[in-house]
Amino acid sequence: MSRSDVLVDADWAEAHIGDPHVVIVEVDEDTSAYDKGHIPGAVKIDWKKDLQDPVRRDFVDQTGFEALLSERGISNDDTVLLYGGNNNWFAAYAYWYFRLYGHDKVLLLDGGRKKWELDSRELSTDVPSRPKTSYTATEQDRSLRALRDEVLDAIGKRNLVDVRSPDEFTGRLLAPAHLPQEQAQRAGHIPTARNVPWSKAANEDGTFRSDDELRQLYQGDAGLDFGKDTIAYCRIGERSAHTWFVLHELLGLANVKNYDGSWTEYGSLVGVPIELGEAR
Amino acid sequence: MTADGCGAPAGGVTASAAAGSQAVVEGKVTRAGAAVSTGYARLLGTGDEFVAEVPLGSDGGFRFFAAPGSWTLRVLAPGGVRAERSVEAGYGQVTKVDVAI
Repeated sequence: MSRSDVLVDADWAEAHIGDPHVVIVEVDEDTSAYDKGHIPGAVKIDWKKDLQDPVRRDFVDQTGFEALLSERGISNDDTVLLYGGNNNWFAAYAYWYFRLYGHDKVLLLDGGRKKWELDSRELSTDVPSRPKTSYTATEQDRSLRALRDEVLDAIGKRNLVDVRSPDEFTGRLLAPAHLPQEQAQRAGHIPTARNVPWSKAANEDGTFRSDDELRQLYQGDAGLDFGKDTIAYCRIGERSAHTWFVLHELLGLANVKNYDGSWTEYGSLVGVPIELGEAR
Repeated sequence: MTADGCGAPAGGVTASAAAGSQAVVEGKVTRAGAAVSTGYARLLGTGDEFVAEVPLGSDGGFRFFAAPGSWTLRVLAPGGVRAERSVEAGYGQVTKVDVAI
């Protein structure tokens, strides 16, 4: 797999507006962005309402994912092009999620909504009508997802990549600086984790840095052992999906998992080890 | 305001924040007196270290809950617009930074 198999630019997206085999999907937490204007023909997925179980803290299950994609008019044979706001955080999360449920024909738009907007490309408020499908998902591919016990067991053994900001990593903040400071019971990071903020993998316009720059970032600067398995985490798993995309999809590392429980789970667990301050 | 995700507040930010025990940086972006509703505000730390980014609200507004200290605010807007301001944030304060581009 190479970069061109998973990542496309805005020209590619523009050329495939109206392509019957390509479904463009905007994924956001704040779906009012979609309502304000989206890539012509794009359907929307609401990160919270559509992808999270409304009661338990977990994904929608396989049946729920099938129902969602069927209702949005996405079939198993369609190529799904994902994009969104927040430098593609939620689109990368959805990408990981689509792969988790076995949809391999999935692409990410480099730069996401931000670059599209900054380039002053066309946005539409027309909501497309797509006929329903009968989508079939596979069982979750657990080789892509880490749960808490696996994370605890990985301390000191695998690469743990904390992709939050340095202030969240060291324990000065509990949440990104555009959100109120609440959530986990304790601040800090998982012992032995390296701090490689997701933002270092992206250019200012939201596009991903080159493969050489990314290798230097993770292997050279942060000292990750690419021969080891890796778990990425952040606060709720969407920024770390961005890093999962970089490590697993762009750089082709074999065993990379996203810990979607992330700090909101780990930082509230009783009795687990936590480190404060810089990485040791 | 939603606080259980990492995304931007629904519809951008419009109302002024009560700082409480937080260090709030907020403001509006305008062009010739009119709100700039398409664009992004980035909060950067020492050495241009990225801290956070929000899309501008319909009134050109943005807001960050930062740690106390010195920050750089950078605004990006269509047409290659880039504007910067230096900001000092303190606990319990709302620091206002309006940017005309």
